[in-house]
Amino acid sequence: MKFDIKKIRQDFPILGTRVNGKPLTYLDNAATTQKPQNVIDAITQYYTTYNSNIHRGTHHLSNLATEAHEAGRQKVQGYLNAQHDHEIIFTRGTTEAINLVAFSFGEAFVTPGDEVIVTEMDHHSNFVPWQIMCERRQAHFRVVPFDENGDLQLDIYEKLLNERTRIVAFNHVSNSLGTVNPAQQIIKMAHDAGAAVLVDAAQSVQHIEHDVQALDADFYVFSGHKMYGPTGIGVLYGKESWLEAMPPYQGGGEMIDLVTIDKTTYNKLPFKFEAGTPNIVGPIGLAAAINYMDQFPFDEIMAHEDQVLAYGRERLLEVEGLTIYGNARQRTSILAFNIEGVHHYDLGTLLDTQGVAVRTGHHCTQPIMTALGIDGTVRASLALYNTREDIDTLLTALHKVLKMLGR
Amino acid sequence: MPSIQEIQHGIVEDFTFLPQWDERYAYLIEIGQKMDPLPDTEKTEDKIVRGCQSTVWLQRECRDGQVYLKADSDSLIVKGLAALLTRILSGQTAEDVLTAELTFFEKTGLDKHLSSQRANGLMAMIEQIKAFAAQCAAGEV
Repeated sequence: MKFDIKKIRQDFPILGTRVNGKPLTYLDNAATTQKPQNVIDAITQYYTTYNSNIHRGTHHLSNLATEAHEAGRQKVQGYLNAQHDHEIIFTRGTTEAINLVAFSFGEAFVTPGDEVIVTEMDHHSNFVPWQIMCERRQAHFRVVPFDENGDLQLDIYEKLLNERTRIVAFNHVSNSLGTVNPAQQIIKMAHDAGAAVLVDAAQSVQHIEHDVQALDADFYVFSGHKMYGPTGIGVLYGKESWLEAMPPYQGGGEMIDLVTIDKTTYNKLPFKFEAGTPNIVGPIGLAAAINYMDQFPFDEIMAHEDQVLAYGRERLLEVEGLTIYGNARQRTSILAFNIEGVHHYDLGTLLDTQGVAVRTGHHCTQPIMTALGIDGTVRASLALYNTREDIDTLLTALHKVLKMLGR
Repeated sequence: MPSIQEIQHGIVEDFTFLPQWDERYAYLIEIGQKMDPLPDTEKTEDKIVRGCQSTVWLQRECRDGQVYLKADSDSLIVKGLAALLTRILSGQTAEDVLTAELTFFEKTGLDKHLSSQRANGLMAMIEQIKAFAAQCAAGEV
């Protein structure tokens, strides 16, 4: 289907609403995206017509729900170009997926004195779980810094890699700077050193290339709600060989094969990592979101978002005293800034009075803020439905707000 | 000195007099700007209130069983909130501060418009002031 922005905006009912008496201008997509009507419908239809527990039911509704849930897994497999559908593990979100890998990989493969590498631009959710794991396994925690443009310092990364490096975890796209990290290169370097790699794709899977085999990622994780799907559903892709070799993360129903007083054996993949009744409707909503995106050639989505991003940077830089954070070689979707002498919280709060939704603060990346010597930014973040008009509205609101602040 | 309830009542009246939210924010910012700023030498680590997106400094004093407050913030909106709090509570007896029911935030409608109270730090400020009032009432400070 042709990428028709007018039609696309109509597919997202919330974009037609008003906030504080003004038409909503939604620029907080890195926090969560809005949902198209087909996702909302898929969820409603599930609860209205075939809600049921899955996998062990003997009745009609259970079969329908199981089929739809598992079709969601295959949809994700297709979207990521994973080799097998059992390499797709459903989680609550990116955070749980990373915690799962940090725990289970750590149990299986990390011994005292081993090393784990993350980056200075990782979200706390791809930082803290590894710190916890390192403490538990008595491993060393290493951090790749970024330079003044917001690019990772790969020369330092290269020096950090060694035969004790067990795993490298990094975000493909930084949620605070918009940097697109050279994932293929980072992964290849890790593999050459004998380390596994986890890609935090929370901010990339909806914006840029997402082929796990082309990337050769060992683990690849993301959240449904940042790619037009519902909250509470996330994905851990893991190569079969790693997942087979890792112990379960949580015990309970669904994940077992045989339970006796002496010993329990575990279910096969992916269920080994999905203890308890899962978020049944989550994959159904996520599949609808992927269907929505699949209507358009992906390079058209990327081209549109890049165009709005470039326009946003250009317009923001017109504002006196405005600094943009994140000038990496390759960028996507994020416009982070501050205005001299104005607190980001005041800007964000007053932009809201104009119907403009942005995020302010440290964006769960305190190490980035420390490196930049600031305590937060205003962040406008884009999705496929944002337009140049949204940027114009942001700028008009920004000028009005600055006036309110006596500037 | 007017009571806590009387001062809050006056604040709510001032706000409801302004029909537009733009004007209410402008008023809140003005209140903050009018408050005497803390000198930089007074902006010390021990006065920082944790749990806000902006930095809030809160200076507390206990004299003759009364609580005296001064505040500042690098955010003008938060400074306005802090100014309202000090206007209501500073100079009141420790007992009154301790038992004060702070309703201005709701009654002005600020609670619906400002993002979470965690982000603006109002709750953290109130908690600290109340904890200090308890110490003041007990003669510990």
